[in-house]
Amino acid sequence: MRISKAWIVAAKDMRVFLRKKYAIYSIVLFPLIVGIGLPLVLRFVGAKQGGLSSTRLPVLMNAFSFFFMMGAASLPTVLASYSLVGEKIEKSLEPLLAAPITDSELLLGKSIAAFIPPVGAIYIGSIVFMALYDLVTRNTLGYLYFPNWTIHLILLLLIPLTAILSIEWSVIVSSRASDARAAQMQGLFIALPIAAIYVASEVRAISLDTSTLLIISGVILIADIILFFLSTKTFQREEILTKWT
Amino acid sequence: MITVENLTKRFREVTAVEKLTFKVEEGEVFGFLGPNGAGKTTTIRMLCCLISKTNGEARIDDYQIGKETDSLRIRKMIGLVPDNVGLYDDLSAFENLDFYGKLYECPEGRRKENIEHFLKMLDLWERKDARAGSFSKGMKQKLALARALIHETKILFMDEPTANLDPESAKTVRDFILEIKKQGRTIFLNTHNLDEAQRVCDRIGIIKTKLLTIGSPEQLRESLSRPKTEIRLAQVTEGLISALRKLIPNTIEVSGDKLIIDVTDLDRENPTIIAAITSTGGQVREVAQVIPTLEDVYLQIVKETK
Repeated sequence: MRISKAWIVAAKDMRVFLRKKYAIYSIVLFPLIVGIGLPLVLRFVGAKQGGLSSTRLPVLMNAFSFFFMMGAASLPTVLASYSLVGEKIEKSLEPLLAAPITDSELLLGKSIAAFIPPVGAIYIGSIVFMALYDLVTRNTLGYLYFPNWTIHLILLLLIPLTAILSIEWSVIVSSRASDARAAQMQGLFIALPIAAIYVASEVRAISLDTSTLLIISGVILIADIILFFLSTKTFQREEILTKWT
Repeated sequence: MITVENLTKRFREVTAVEKLTFKVEEGEVFGFLGPNGAGKTTTIRMLCCLISKTNGEARIDDYQIGKETDSLRIRKMIGLVPDNVGLYDDLSAFENLDFYGKLYECPEGRRKENIEHFLKMLDLWERKDARAGSFSKGMKQKLALARALIHETKILFMDEPTANLDPESAKTVRDFILEIKKQGRTIFLNTHNLDEAQRVCDRIGIIKTKLLTIGSPEQLRESLSRPKTEIRLAQVTEGLISALRKLIPNTIEVSGDKLIIDVTDLDRENPTIIAAITSTGGQVREVAQVIPTLEDVYLQIVKETK
């Protein structure tokens, strides 16, 4: 496997994304809303209620941090769908597959292109999110809540694992989809289990502490491994040319 | 350069290509003619290592089709112009070529030189920064040709390169094929445009799942069609035709004021035919030999397989 070849494909795909307004809006809006919107909501709701309690705040902030996981589950789908179904629609797969590049290099390139922009945007959004939250809650808590182990786990472990899961799922879905929107809709199914975890934390069925997050990471890692085999099986030259088109 | 022996491809129970055997020499333009669904695209895809073969052997130079370690080497030395141009509409002409140049490991300096050379050669240099999506069909096809050649391709595979093009664009593409032929590149051309095949190909194979025949356009015309004599008369009447049919055993077709007569030996039979016409009262105005076209040959062969 030559990473340089995968990088050529990734760079081309990212250049194409930059020229698609819909893709840019999708990637930028979500981290912007979560990163700036949620701290502002907390600020105004807190002011209206005469301040949130110092015991309730950490629970809320952990739960809000989990929103980035939802972004990691849904945003790569947008790009992966464009990247794979887009090639299918433009019928550009045949010359690409005729080039001296292996299936795994091509798949890796497409995965990198679908991984870097959303995860990068989520990281930037999370930095803004942490800074604003600390600004809003510092007086109430008496200390800076972020960064902490929970957000480290979410950012460095759960978000990459979830983004990979989302991309692998998109590869499988894209082989059957005839347009990018349909692939995106089907790709979003992967966000449902993440949303379910969030709801479970809100109704206090589970607590999003470090041990729970580690268990969730383990489960996603296993799902990643299973979907890796399924997606590489789907992404094979002959399969793509004879069944995808 | 390209050697194919008993090459077969089956998709489940459907046989797309059966026992193809042929050779394409270096510097040759080889045309593959056949109706839709004849297996032309499947053959190109197998030779470009895009799909696997079911049976048989195929080699490009010393590399074996179907052998994993040889596939990348084969792909590196060939260029493909597929039936759908498959350009990236959001990228410029230059970016499209640059991307493929990088994939084919063309060094930066050489890559930029080649991009400029081909874009200028195809009259696209002025539009190098324009989105490929804004190009006309003809321009896109020219850009796809440049893409296939950017890495100094030894063998160029083209799948219906002039299909759906206006006559002017089709001519530009054909002229370009002849130009790169002069440079000694080997070209494998899939087409169902008989005129195109006749103009640019050194040899032609006619395929309909199986290879039906192979040869130069001249050989195909000579070997597969009986010569015909076309005689224009002052007036053609039914009486004259029936009288003539009694005198000569040849097949006679009537087309307006012309008689088209099948012959086996022009020199021996033509004087007899002319004598028969004049003896039945016909007035001969013009006598010409009908040279069978590749279309006649193609239609005859394809018809025979039905």
